[in-house]
Amino acid sequence: MSKRIDVKDLNVYYGDFLAVEGVTMAIEPRQVTALIGPSGCGKSTFLRTLNRMHEVIPGARVSGKAMIDGTDLYGTGVDPVAVRRHVGMVFQRPNPFPTMSIADNVLAGVKLNNKRISKSDAAEVVEHSLRGANLWNEVKDRLDRPGSSLSGGQQQRLCIARAIAVQPEVLLMDEPCSALDPISTLAIEDLINELKNQFTIVIVTHNMQQAARVSDRTAFFNIAGTGKPGKLIEIDDTATIFSTPSNPATEDYISGRFG
Amino acid sequence: MAVSTSQDVAAVPAALAFPPVSAGRRFVDRFARSIIAIAFAVALIPLISLLWIVISRGVKMFSWDFLSTDMVGVFGDMTSGGAVHAIVGTLLITGAAVLISVPLGLLTAIYLVEYGRGPLARAITFLVDVMTGIPSIVAGLFAFALFVLIFGPAYRAGLMGAVALSVLMTPVVVRSVEEMLRLVPNELREASYALGVPKWLTIIKVVLRTSVAGIVTGIMLSIARVIGETAPLLITVGMMTRMNTNIFDGRMATLPVFAYTEYSKGGVGIDRAWAAALTLIIIVMGLNLIARLIARKFSPKFNR
Repeated sequence: MSKRIDVKDLNVYYGDFLAVEGVTMAIEPRQVTALIGPSGCGKSTFLRTLNRMHEVIPGARVSGKAMIDGTDLYGTGVDPVAVRRHVGMVFQRPNPFPTMSIADNVLAGVKLNNKRISKSDAAEVVEHSLRGANLWNEVKDRLDRPGSSLSGGQQQRLCIARAIAVQPEVLLMDEPCSALDPISTLAIEDLINELKNQFTIVIVTHNMQQAARVSDRTAFFNIAGTGKPGKLIEIDDTATIFSTPSNPATEDYISGRFG
Repeated sequence: MAVSTSQDVAAVPAALAFPPVSAGRRFVDRFARSIIAIAFAVALIPLISLLWIVISRGVKMFSWDFLSTDMVGVFGDMTSGGAVHAIVGTLLITGAAVLISVPLGLLTAIYLVEYGRGPLARAITFLVDVMTGIPSIVAGLFAFALFVLIFGPAYRAGLMGAVALSVLMTPVVVRSVEEMLRLVPNELREASYALGVPKWLTIIKVVLRTSVAGIVTGIMLSIARVIGETAPLLITVGMMTRMNTNIFDGRMATLPVFAYTEYSKGGVGIDRAWAAALTLIIIVMGLNLIARLIARKFSPKFNR
């Protein structure tokens, strides 16, 4: 189910503006790769290029290569919609569909695509995904209540359940805990640890302790100044990045001597 | 709440003392409140007096007979006769106008919000703004000229009126639907895209589904805007004494034009005009009620 991603010389542009420059990295399967760095350094922008979500923003485009198990995401004739079915995404703010029940939110990937699903299959997908997101026990008695009736942390786990219900190979998380309290954050971090047995996970986070706790590998992005493109400074095993980074900028950022 | 005495205030350092709301601010607050209350009352006066006059004068002729008979064979001071032909005409013509302008307005709004970029979208927005300001009589003349050009000078049909009304209605629909679509959080679109849902399905099943309550309300407002139009219908569909249910051929009676012609007859006609006005208000209120129910049923449940 999980796949490896190879990114080579990836540039991201917003119109004429070069936002992220020359990213080359390998994202290993069944591991958590954390992207850290100061605000505006292009972590989220880069993350979005991995499932072509940046194309939602007018004028955004990329050059370079991003291969998932050898298939170029940006090859000619590749349908961005198909890419997103393989590479799921969880956002910064929990965004369950307000018109749908908890169960329907989990099934959104099926229902919104007009696919037919039998009742028993649907119930199984709902239970399996909610269990996978550690939410089943909390919501099993109120599956037909609106998704927005849950607390923020539960909503975020609902969004994770929704993302894994379509059985992607890669899961991208864009600061999934930044809107949550410490207890909900802990719940999500535990969940990430379980999910990496099945999925390749890439997570953007501003919280360096979080990166140290959940990730196997960490990539540090930095920006030279406003208006300059963000760059990948280095990527290595998380333990190495947090103990003996090879680049002094990384050490400055991690030890809080940044800027 | 314990109000601290002057001694207490003196006891704490000056920087920590919280003075009471100053007299100036309290005055400004009261002043603004009263201005708002007065403005509200003033705005209500015409509404209430209008309802009062229409109801008190309208009930004189308003009866089941009025709602179920037409004006065939009614002359002079005869108090029989009714407006069923005008009610049916109004409903048919407005319904046809809705059928024309809702798809047109909805699709235009979707284009502007979800697809439109650059000069074309700006041009459409500008033209919609211009269309909003078209006087109704101009819309009537436009529809009249259009159909006369195609079908010859003697052609009259309810459809002409419907086209005239839809010229007035479409920009209102575009504007209100556009507002509603823009209110849908982008996060929901992104959530849908990230699940591998194509854009068109995202628009139908997420964007429209989330905003359907507001869209229905907007469409109702646009109907209310045109259902009482008189001038364009006077030009295009004229008046009839009996029922005509074929909107593609022949003149049709409508409630506003019925009220106008009856009023100009004088005598018992004036009572008929008020009854027709009352009927029109009841129809609009009924439609509003239906829209409210639809909006309540479909509105998203945000629990924040």
